[in-house]
Amino acid sequence: MASPVTNRGARSGAASSARERVRRRRLVLGLAGGVLLLAIAFVASLALGAHPLSVSQSLGALVHYNPHDTNDLIVVDKRLPRTLIGVGAGLALGLAGAIMQGLTRNPLGDPGILGVNMGASLAVVVGITVFGVGGVAGSLWFAFAGAAAASVLVYSVASLGREGATPVKLALAGAAITAALSSIVTALLLADTQVFDQLRFWQVGALAGRGWDVLWQVLPTLVLGAVIALALGRALNGFALGDDVARALGQRVGASRLVCAVAVVLLCGSATAAAGPIAFVGLAVPHIARRVVGGDYRWVLAYSALIAPVLLLACDIIGRLIAFPGEVQVGVVTAFVGAPIFIGLVRRRKAVSL
Amino acid sequence: MSGSGRASSSGRASGSGVARRVWVVGLAAALAIVVVAGVALCLGDVAVSPAQIVAALTGNADRLTSFVIVDLRLPRIVTSIVVGLCLGLSGALFQTIARNPLASPDIIGVTAGASAAGVIGVVVLGLSGLALSGVVLLGAIAAAVAIYVLAWRGGIAGYRFVLIGIGIAALGTGVVSVVLTRTSITDAQSALVWLSGSVNGADWGRFLPLAASAAVFTAAALVLHGPLSVLELGDDLASGLGVRAERTRAAAIGIGVVLAAIAVSAAGPVAFVALVSAPIARRLVGGGALALAPSALIGGLMVLVADVVAQFAVPSLVFPVGVVTGIVGAPYLLWLLTRTNRVGRGG
Repeated sequence: MASPVTNRGARSGAASSARERVRRRRLVLGLAGGVLLLAIAFVASLALGAHPLSVSQSLGALVHYNPHDTNDLIVVDKRLPRTLIGVGAGLALGLAGAIMQGLTRNPLGDPGILGVNMGASLAVVVGITVFGVGGVAGSLWFAFAGAAAASVLVYSVASLGREGATPVKLALAGAAITAALSSIVTALLLADTQVFDQLRFWQVGALAGRGWDVLWQVLPTLVLGAVIALALGRALNGFALGDDVARALGQRVGASRLVCAVAVVLLCGSATAAAGPIAFVGLAVPHIARRVVGGDYRWVLAYSALIAPVLLLACDIIGRLIAFPGEVQVGVVTAFVGAPIFIGLVRRRKAVSL
Repeated sequence: MSGSGRASSSGRASGSGVARRVWVVGLAAALAIVVVAGVALCLGDVAVSPAQIVAALTGNADRLTSFVIVDLRLPRIVTSIVVGLCLGLSGALFQTIARNPLASPDIIGVTAGASAAGVIGVVVLGLSGLALSGVVLLGAIAAAVAIYVLAWRGGIAGYRFVLIGIGIAALGTGVVSVVLTRTSITDAQSALVWLSGSVNGADWGRFLPLAASAAVFTAAALVLHGPLSVLELGDDLASGLGVRAERTRAAAIGIGVVLAAIAVSAAGPVAFVALVSAPIARRLVGGGALALAPSALIGGLMVLVADVVAQFAVPSLVFPVGVVTGIVGAPYLLWLLTRTNRVGRGG
């Protein structure tokens, strides 16, 4: 059991410090391997699709872009923004999932639990019905605003009462508000066939058809969220010890929780705005990461931030290839590809508890 | 995870007081069910007085009144109650075994398996009625068996069971997404109605098998109440007290799965009842006690109230009950969460 407690204990013992160094070197090497995998997935995502290109063609398009060449246009106008959004959304979902699981100290913690996905869905439905927006770019800000509003609501409800936003109250408040919002969304969808026809595609989550405009709009919040998230490892390790111990170690528990929630809203809001509410990635990837690195959140965050984009890009590529010349949305593929991997990993190793 | 464990250890001091509260909460919920059911019998296109209801139930009313009450309204009401009982109890069992307030058949993949089978049944095979119920039951059981087999490694650890369940849930949801995005909007819409969960069209022919199977497995669950509450103290202590931890867990999971499957096959995947009932019951009872019967009754009450709201809240529009359960149950749980100031009742 590589929980942060034992890590800290091990570091104090001189005998085991050598083993700790080896472990850390191995983790850094693994991180480099992850970066390599991500690079491979990135290039593959540029090259593969309905119109397959060679690696040199797709990389050449980046180096000397010719706006009159069809191949260059496909790579730079279509596949590059889509790939970058895949990387960004994956990174955001992986980080947000890890934070939510640490924050709620619950293996079922998931970006959706903070009400993010349902808030975004409701806002998009309202955007379509009331304001008549259409298409991806139009619904983007509605999705973001809805995600943020729902999270603020969940967090405030959980903060009421004497103990503040405890993990269990956060999880339950999130589940309850998700339930209420989902009821409203379903009622609106049943009442209006046209809205349902638009939302059923958005709701699955897809990278197809996302261009540069979408990327530029979500980039600032995404980067800000990621920077905050990557700095939260120590705070999350503190939560894992329990509030009392964390407080005794000098951590300001309430303040760190709030920062965590802000990071989740920024990350999930950006990801959902860009690609729709992609399910399962945020939930599964931190568990996969934890099985590789143990319970230290500094490593869990770093690995989640690498594994999730690789998974998302790989699934997006598979979605382009299996239904040739059409496409399957990435949100569907992540379930069918990710779930067996996830189940296999859960079966194989001893669980690292939160 | 931490909440239930901590609450149960701190709140165990006043054992008899908690036992009394279990009875009080259970009886109050049962009384509320009877009252709401009575009101629901009166409401509708044909207004009926309470006296006429008594007459119809005892077989002394005219043909029309007795048809409206006994054949139209009563099956719908009792179906709602039984579906809610099953879901509430199922959720309470899952949350107890997994020691996690978020664990419920909605999240652990049982409902997702049933939904996948149901959507295929509705859209691809064009089924309805009893045949659809059968397919859904098969889907739920297939999902449960898959989770159980995959999670089995010389025993069922709650944690592994929950995570494998998430994987299966993702697969089931994936199937639903594929069907919803690949079919015509008309078919998708009828699938959406079924997916919301609905007791429209409940009749005695479908209620009787539902009630019989629900009664058997509810009784089985209540038999497990003793061993399960000992299990809450931890495996070591429980085996010291003569409770076989592994067997109890397996039995509880099995019963929880079947109860969820029964409910989903009767009414579709009515959302959130399983998730929300047990936390509400636990908070009302207090002391972190295992509250199986109150959870079941609160589930029944929730679906019943939700169906009344679904029928009459918007004039001339009857929603599927599952659309309303979230709106009925969630605010109440939120309100309970915000006033958890007393020690041992919070999270």
